[in-house]
Amino acid sequence: MAEVRPEGFAERRPAAPATSRVADDLSRVGRTKPRSNAQQAWARFRRNRLAMASLVVVFLVFAFGFGAPLISRYVTHVGYDKQVLLDKFKKPGEDGYILGTDNLGRDVLTRLAYGARMSMMVAILAVASALLFGGTLGSLAGYYGRWIDSVIMRFVDIMLSIPALFLLIFINTLFTVGATALAFVIASVSWMGLARLIRGEIMSIKRRDYVEAARVLGAADSRIIIRHILPNVTPIVIVWATLALPAFILVEAALSFLGLGVQVPVPSLGNMLSDAVTYISHSWTLIFIPGFVIYITVLAINLFGNGLRDALDPRLGEN
Amino acid sequence: MGQYVVRRVIQIVPLVLGITIITFALANLVPGSPISDLEFNPQVRPEDRERIAKALGLDQPLHVRYVQWLSHVARGDLGLSLITYQPVMKTIMEKLPNTLLLTVTALILSLIVAIPVGVYGAVRRNSAFDQVTTVGAVAGFAMPTFWLGLMVILILVRMKGAGLPTLPTGGVCELGNCTLLSRVQHLIAPAFVLAFVQTATWTRYIRSQMIEVLRQDYMRTAEAKGLREVVIIFRHGLRNAILPLVTLLALDLPTLFSGSVIVEQIFTWNGLGRLILDSVNKRDYTMVMGVTLFVSVLTVVANLLADIVYGVLDPRIRYD
Repeated sequence: MAEVRPEGFAERRPAAPATSRVADDLSRVGRTKPRSNAQQAWARFRRNRLAMASLVVVFLVFAFGFGAPLISRYVTHVGYDKQVLLDKFKKPGEDGYILGTDNLGRDVLTRLAYGARMSMMVAILAVASALLFGGTLGSLAGYYGRWIDSVIMRFVDIMLSIPALFLLIFINTLFTVGATALAFVIASVSWMGLARLIRGEIMSIKRRDYVEAARVLGAADSRIIIRHILPNVTPIVIVWATLALPAFILVEAALSFLGLGVQVPVPSLGNMLSDAVTYISHSWTLIFIPGFVIYITVLAINLFGNGLRDALDPRLGEN
Repeated sequence: MGQYVVRRVIQIVPLVLGITIITFALANLVPGSPISDLEFNPQVRPEDRERIAKALGLDQPLHVRYVQWLSHVARGDLGLSLITYQPVMKTIMEKLPNTLLLTVTALILSLIVAIPVGVYGAVRRNSAFDQVTTVGAVAGFAMPTFWLGLMVILILVRMKGAGLPTLPTGGVCELGNCTLLSRVQHLIAPAFVLAFVQTATWTRYIRSQMIEVLRQDYMRTAEAKGLREVVIIFRHGLRNAILPLVTLLALDLPTLFSGSVIVEQIFTWNGLGRLILDSVNKRDYTMVMGVTLFVSVLTVVANLLADIVYGVLDPRIRYD
């Protein structure tokens, strides 16, 4: 494990005194601009052309989704639930509908933007909640060990043996969930991998000398965890979160597609697809377009995440 | 070895108990009870309601009900469906063969593609072939199963419209004419879709595993002995690279079942996945609970078997 320093560590290195005899040698150190870990990672990331290209695509997709109200106001001039029953099943480009209309004469482009926003918001909230569950439980298990570790890890084992989609379906049978609740439900069945990851990492970090040193100096557990351990876990957490995002977008889309996620009339990429299935013989674009947006989004974030993993820790490698 | 098996079997007991507690707790978290709508029914006297509650065991505290339920589950009795009044276990057993047929076919299909592609990519690392398949694996991994399924159906429907030969897009086999040929024809499209995403994952996995094995000393020894490349790669390399696959297959079982839910829904494949979705729509929660529990326990048992089989296959593993 290469030492992963907290940001800003390098800047605090004292400059060589100009009068000393070794000043000539050390002056080179002074002239080489100290670079933080984040800067080094960014330099590595920038060299990866595929990852840079995917970063651009990720940015575009986010701009598209979160710019949904602007698209609705300035480009398509309709809201996502505006029905014009006379204009059903317009083809893309026909009568000024850039991507056509659906079975109720609603503008596909507007719905697509709002749908992408909904899918991404659910996925982001789910990642945040999963970080909270998995991070807390993984840290507790890794740091305290003993019976706390056993209890939490047995719980992780149990949750991992229940197929996530079945658990999601089961929970959604019992409760009707809105978008926020959906995010929590997704997170509640997906935090286990992260908890295991963090637990393993912390178990190895807590035996390092600098943690021992902090303990000898009388630092409280909370201080050791927050100041000394968490900064070292950050890179793997960032990578996990980046790769979890597309996975959760797929889960949300699958659930909404099965009618168990975001409920109509609020569009999500998944429920647009499930609406389109009924009209499969009327229009192929209605099926192609939302699925294509899901695919591009998921692919771009995955490639970005792979690039990020290589940049943050080149030794993490394939798996 | 025998001792190890016994210990592993004992270890899964708390795991299975945990699964039953979670499923039972979830089912009982739902607001209301089977008799709550009798509360506002003017034709039902309060004492009748109490009598019904007593008959159904609903007057008992939760932990007593859990133990009673568990003792039935242990005997393979998952209760009755709330809609059809058929035993849940019997319904599951009717649908299970279809799901297994689909998932196992897809698994075999994806391994048939993934093993040669992964091995060749590892042996000719960074060649054009390797680069193309690595990118292809990432691209395949991101593919939403439901979208791929719908696009396949779309293409098949168009082909039919154009008078081209096509494949059936729904059902397990033709009604009233359930021949082997018809079964195979119905299997192709859903199995292809289910295999697609898995192939990407397996290819990546086999490639990285194979790269790891190629670095080992025994590979160099085999080469130094002057063995033919085919023998080195397959007998010495692949056999070692593929061992962990046993464990991984079992670990991947939940994903396999989850994937089949979506594919079964799209291709109206009459298996466990459709069963659970139909039951969701009808709010048949004893059925949903039963299927979830069944699949989870199946996963745990498969993991146990994988561990044991792995020990038999790899003599380097010692159990003390």
